[in-house]
Parts: sequence; C-alpha cells; structure tokens
Amino acid sequence: MSKQYETVIGLEVHVELATKTKIFCGCSTEFGGEPNTHTCPVCTGMPGSLPVLNKKVLEHAIAVGLATNCQINRYSKFDRKNYFYPDNPQNYQISQLYLPICHDGFVEIETANGKKKIGIHEIHMEEDAGKLIHDEWTDSTLVDFNRSGVPLIEIVSEPDMRSAEEVIAYLDKLKTTIQYLGASDCKLQEGSMRADVNLSVREVGAEKFGTRTEMKNLNSFKAIARAIEGEKDRQISLIEAGKQVVQETRRWDDTKESSYAMRSKEDAQDYRYFPDPDLVPIVVSEELLETIRQRQPEFREEKMVRYMDQFELPEYDAEIITSTRKLADIFEKTAEICGKPKKVSNWLMVETMRLLKEKGMEPEQIHFSPEHFAKLIELADAGTINSTVAREVFEKIFDDDIDPDVYVEEHGLKSVNDEGALRAEIEKIVDANPKSVEDFKAGKKKAIGFLVGQTMKAMKGKANPQMVNQILNEVLSTK
Amino acid sequence: MANVISDETIEYVGILSKLELSPEEKERAKKDMEDMLNYIDKLNELDTSDVEPMSHVFSVQNVFREDVVTNQDDRENILANAPSEQDGAFTVPRTFD
Repeated sequence: MSKQYETVIGLEVHVELATKTKIFCGCSTEFGGEPNTHTCPVCTGMPGSLPVLNKKVLEHAIAVGLATNCQINRYSKFDRKNYFYPDNPQNYQISQLYLPICHDGFVEIETANGKKKIGIHEIHMEEDAGKLIHDEWTDSTLVDFNRSGVPLIEIVSEPDMRSAEEVIAYLDKLKTTIQYLGASDCKLQEGSMRADVNLSVREVGAEKFGTRTEMKNLNSFKAIARAIEGEKDRQISLIEAGKQVVQETRRWDDTKESSYAMRSKEDAQDYRYFPDPDLVPIVVSEELLETIRQRQPEFREEKMVRYMDQFELPEYDAEIITSTRKLADIFEKTAEICGKPKKVSNWLMVETMRLLKEKGMEPEQIHFSPEHFAKLIELADAGTINSTVAREVFEKIFDDDIDPDVYVEEHGLKSVNDEGALRAEIEKIVDANPKSVEDFKAGKKKAIGFLVGQTMKAMKGKANPQMVNQILNEVLSTK
Repeated sequence: MANVISDETIEYVGILSKLELSPEEKERAKKDMEDMLNYIDKLNELDTSDVEPMSHVFSVQNVFREDVVTNQDDRENILANAPSEQDGAFTVPRTFD
C-alpha cells in the first residue's frame, strides 16, 4: 500500500499595471518600441537620478488590495532588493519588503467541494527589469531597458492551494477582478500576468510542510497545470526513493514537459534589503482610500446575481456574459437602449460567441457599438428583417460596426410584408407545382415545406416567414 | 565590545560586491568594517526607548508624479557613455538565464 500525498501550493503573481508611464519616471510604458527609446537616466540607473512615484501605480495597487479584501498599510515605503544581473541597471530592484501597500486579504474560489478562501499574504509595488536578447551571430547579450521601470504589483498568496484546479481557479479569479478594475489586461501569453509556483508535497495528515521548490517561466494556464503535475510527481519520486527535495528555483520547459534547476546552492541569494533613501514614505489618507472605494466597479459576482434577478437571465448566460467586463458592458448598454435584455443576451451567447471563436478573437477586441447592436435587435424583433438576414447584418456590425438601418435600406434587405405582393407570388407558385399540392392534399404535410422554399427563393429570402406560412395555408385550403 | 570581521565574512562581502581584493586591501577593509560596527555599538549605548523608529531622515511624505508621459526618445544620449553597443542596445558579455 503506497502512501497518500498532498500537494501544497502558494503563488507569487506579478501583474503589469495599465499606466501610461513607468513607476518612477515619465517614460512611456508602450510595448514594442525600438530598443532603449523609452528610457531616461532614472530607468537606466544613471548616478544622481531621482525616482518619483507615479500616483496611478499607488491607486491601482490599493484598488486591487481592496478588491481582494486586504488591509491597506496606511504607512508604506520602498526598499532596495540588491542583485547583480545585466537586466537591472541599478544593481538593485526597487520593491517593498518591510511595509508593503496591502496585506492579509483573501479571494474566494469555486472548487469541486464548494467555496474556498485563498489567503493573500501581501501585495507590493515594484519595478520590472529590462529585457536581454541574445545575439547568436556576435555571441553577445543585448540589453533593452524599455521595460525597465514598468510598474508591477506582486500578489503573494498563502500556501492554501492543494491542486492544479485550485490554482487555475485562483488565477482566473485574480485575472477577472483585476480586468474589471482596469488595473491590467492580465495576459499570461504576453507577460502582463506572470505566475511563479511554490510547491511542496507532504503525507496526508502531516502537519509540517515539505521542502518547497519555486517554478518559473509559466505563461499559460495549461503550462501551469502541467508544471504542477510534473513537479508533484518529481518530488514524490524523490521522497519514495528515500532522497531529499532540494529547495531551489526551477525553470519549466513546456515543450519538454520537464523542469531544471536554475540556480545552484553555491550562488545563494542574499538580497540585502534596506529602505530606499531616494523615495519618501507613503501615507495613505482616509480621503484617498474613500475616493478609491467609491470608484470600485460592480464585480462579477454582484453582476451575475443582478443579471439573474433584474433581467431574469439564466445562471449559465449570466456567467458567460460577466466573464469579461467588456461583454458585461456591451450587454448593459445595449439592453438599456433597446429594453430587451433577453434578446441581447441571446445575441451575445450565440452569434457573438460564434464569431469570436471563428475569428480567434478575445471579447476585449470587440469594437461594435451598443447603438448599432440595439438597432439590429429592434429590426429583427419588429420583423423588419427576417432571422437569416439579421445574422448576416450582425456579422457586418461585428466586423465594421455598420449602421444596420442604412445597410438594410441600401441592400434592400427588408422583409416583404406586403400581403398583396406575397399572395400573388404564392398563387403563382401553387399553380406551377400541382404535384406538391396533390401531395399536400393527400396528407403529406411535408410538401408544404417545398412550397415555402420556392416562395422564399422567389422573394430572394426577404419574405416574412410567418406571413408566407399563413397565406400558403389559406391558398391551399381553397384548392 | 570590539567587533571582529572574519576572513570568511570579508570574502563573502567581496563576492557580493563583485570586488577582487588583494590581501592588503582585505585587511584594510576588515579594519574599516570593524570600526563601523564599533561605532554602531557606541550609538546603541544611547537610550532610545521613548523615540519613535523612523525609516527616512526627512519629514517629507507623499511625493508623487501624475501619470503623464514627459520623456521622449533620448536613446542617443542614454547610449553615449555605453562601453559597448549594438543595434540601439547596450551589449554585455554573454549572459544566461
């Protein structure tokens, strides 16, 4: 009988904040500039330069802290974390160790066994490092400091997670919350959200934690899940073989699905933290806290409840529509204009989701206006256009945000609701298809389908289907 | 009272500071560091039981800047003193992760 093991996981999540400028200087944070074109003496660590804190960074950090039930340190300061590496021009990173801006919070996640609280140890503000590019041709390393000084918050969880599923649920919760706040776009693939996984295993029932390792280089939810499984198995095999787990930092290689140790023990880290004398302390006033509290948006859980309650949306719909703030915003604005929340929800759930998937887009990339979307729903609902035409027009709105009124008019897509014209056409078709009429009379109800098809074809797809059915039945009953 | 800096400590501090010290320099550095620690001991004799701890020497707080881009491309100046550069980037000896 083999032993039962439990995995204990804590996360360090770095989130790049959505500011226009860097944390300590007026350089742009815009991604993709030519190397070192967004740099100045401060973010390249020139002697004598002085950092000054970007107020927006502090506000974003506090907003994330409040949204994750943290205590806000009313007196906070920055410290220097010393390390020697070419991505870091100062030889130290400005971070927070002794008095981080937020501490002792939690978020609630859904697990197979119901709700679970994941503790947040602290959230601190810090600066990102530069980027190293290796040139194989000249065998040298190029340093680009455009990213140096881009603002980050690091969210340190308690070791409260026990499985890959819980880790994904926790990350998803942080991501949604921070996106709702507009504090970051939280894209793992692009590095605006990065997670380091601290993992140890212990026998079920043991009180003491096992020796942990830290895993880096995880840039998708799938990679995180695979890395957790891989590291758990590696540690259990070591223990089963009577060996020790070594406390170390490991780098995950997702293509090989294995990890390797990054730093050896001889190169032990000694960060020699000390208060940064260039930056003065931050005192968070009650007034600032209150301003940020007032600005907090309605978060996903509250929205879901309200959508089910106020608009009578099914839970499934409410869950999908609130999954990103973008979809929720479109839903609310469109529903407000046309007053038909259920119809708006249907269009979002079916057609919008289909187009997003087909075009490989994220909800954040949707660029049509609620006004045009609402107009389309009105046109379809009033029977001005039939459902096939409506889908076609919606695709145009989705792609180019066209005005549906103008488009329908210009392309002559209005349903034909002129009863006289429709009746004349149907009479013609019935006369031209005596076989189908005979079949219908003989009880083959399906034969009417053929006649409807012929009518729609003659009307170029623009006939009102209910009207076609009704007139056709009337005409047939006289034969 | 008298602090003693061991050979191991001075070796370790040298590694952290990326400094290669000659035996004479090491002896001098040991003496300097011992003097500093002795001075701290002297300061510690002072009774500070009713003094608030502080983390900064100025009584200034909350110095912020607005989130507005003020710096333009200044790459030429930034790279002006670089010992070595290539394609608009600083170059350093081959570095691994």
